Amino acid sequence: MHAVKRQMILGVTGILMMLVSSVCFGAGIPDKVTINSIQKYYAPVSFNHAAHINKLKDCGLCHHHTTGAQVTDPNCARCHKNSGAQAVVSCKGCHTAEPFTPEALKQQRDQQPPIYHRDKPGLKAAYHISCLGCHEKMHGPTGCQDCHKRNDGGDAIFKSGKYAPKAPAKPKAAHH
Amino acid sequence: MIERRDFLKGCLACGVTAATVSVASGKAMAAGSFEGYPDAMGVLVDLTRCVGCRSCEAACNAEQKLPEPDLAFDDTSVFSDKRRTTEKAYTVVNKYQVADKETLFRKIQCNHCTEPACLSSCFVNAYTKTKEGAVIYNAKVCVGCRNCMIACPFNIPAYSYSSPLNPLVKKCIFCYDTRLKDGKPPACVDICPQQVMTFGRRADLIKLGHDRIQANPAKYVDKLYGEKAVGGTSWMYLSSVDFDKVGFDGHIQNEPIISNVKDFLGFVPMVLSIWPALFTGVHLLATKNKDGHHDHEEGDHQ
Ligand code: SF4
Ligand code: SF4
Repeated sequence: MHAVKRQMILGVTGILMMLVSSVCFGAGIPDKVTINSIQKYYAPVSFNHAAHINKLKDCGLCHHHTTGAQVTDPNCARCHKNSGAQAVVSCKGCHTAEPFTPEALKQQRDQQPPIYHRDKPGLKAAYHISCLGCHEKMHGPTGCQDCHKRNDGGDAIFKSGKYAPKAPAKPKAAHH
Repeated sequence: MIERRDFLKGCLACGVTAATVSVASGKAMAAGSFEGYPDAMGVLVDLTRCVGCRSCEAACNAEQKLPEPDLAFDDTSVFSDKRRTTEKAYTVVNKYQVADKETLFRKIQCNHCTEPACLSSCFVNAYTKTKEGAVIYNAKVCVGCRNCMIACPFNIPAYSYSSPLNPLVKKCIFCYDTRLKDGKPPACVDICPQQVMTFGRRADLIKLGHDRIQANPAKYVDKLYGEKAVGGTSWMYLSSVDFDKVGFDGHIQNEPIISNVKDFLGFVPMVLSIWPALFTGVHLLATKNKDGHHDHEEGDHQ
């Protein structure tokens, strides 16, 4: 019993730690989450957590087994059928922003147990694979700028807006 | 590999006689026996994840300081053609209608072969396969002969034709200078929102690729393209449809191209005078079993 209580407390602390801005949806679940992992190129996303909860009801669709929701993926269920709510439920609590640094690669390789969670996407991909995958299925918005407007840095790298190519390239050989 | 490169150097330096001897010693080494450097890095490309956003093309352009593109990188009209890599674009994303309502995107760039045909075919020894896995080249020694362009089974090396008097080879270098040599992932891998590309030790990626198939056998065809193709490539692919439906050569040989071209190489100095014949010959060998290879058709009318 004590153990369960402790786990719950840990769980709530985890959720609290995840808060970026919040008007509470029950026990510390944020209504809005600001996602700014690619602010070099895009404006932050103010993610309407509350609306998604209302629509989907099932926390496990995004949070896997971590909120204690029943997992349906048979690969996950092998271990997490009854593993209960976890201390960490936020995306960035498990999905690292820099998945391919030498340290991250080593950690991924050496982790225990050595079989599972090896193929865990980085934070940016965790968002996109989860959000876009679902939006495609549920006919939600799927364009890059439907969720995050590109900023100046983004226009610069995409050669768009004021950085758009001036004229169609002429073969330079003509100068010779 | 070192031996082979030295052997090629020999060809160049000493001409036909020395070269012929070297060919003999080259033969003693079984082709395809080179397993690659143990810590060589690679990239596992999962075509099922790509959404065709072209961020990778944009990142490559910036990282490699390539010339301005003809169209912005958010312009999707480019998907009406099957593009190939050029001197201005070391990577391109193409779109394939694989079923009635299903499209797949495929990013093309150098696959960084374990035993690269470009390297074997280059008689000025411009190419190097680094221990990190990259196939890089020294443009300063390139004489623009285009042997590598013909030898490459994936039609990757492009030439800077904008400089007609001094055309030099241009291709993806796995971001070697700016990233890979410091253990960092390439720019295209870094920017991809979907982590289509997983960067890691090639040996680990082979396992990861097979694990991904095993965990989801209904989603993937049971093949890791590049694990064996042409003796193995550093960039490997997973797909939900047969690879020839997305522009890969599904019947590509498992032996490195070097086994085909090495006999030719000994004669390179001699055949310099019969240039067109050499090209036809190497081309035929390099494209053996290539019937219906999409890339090739596309490459031809570029
Ligand atoms: S950045 Fe990734 S998702 Fe976008 S086109 Fe390139 S490989 Fe596909
Ligand atoms: S590895 Fe580097 S050079 Fe090659 S396609 Fe990616 S960004 Fe371009």
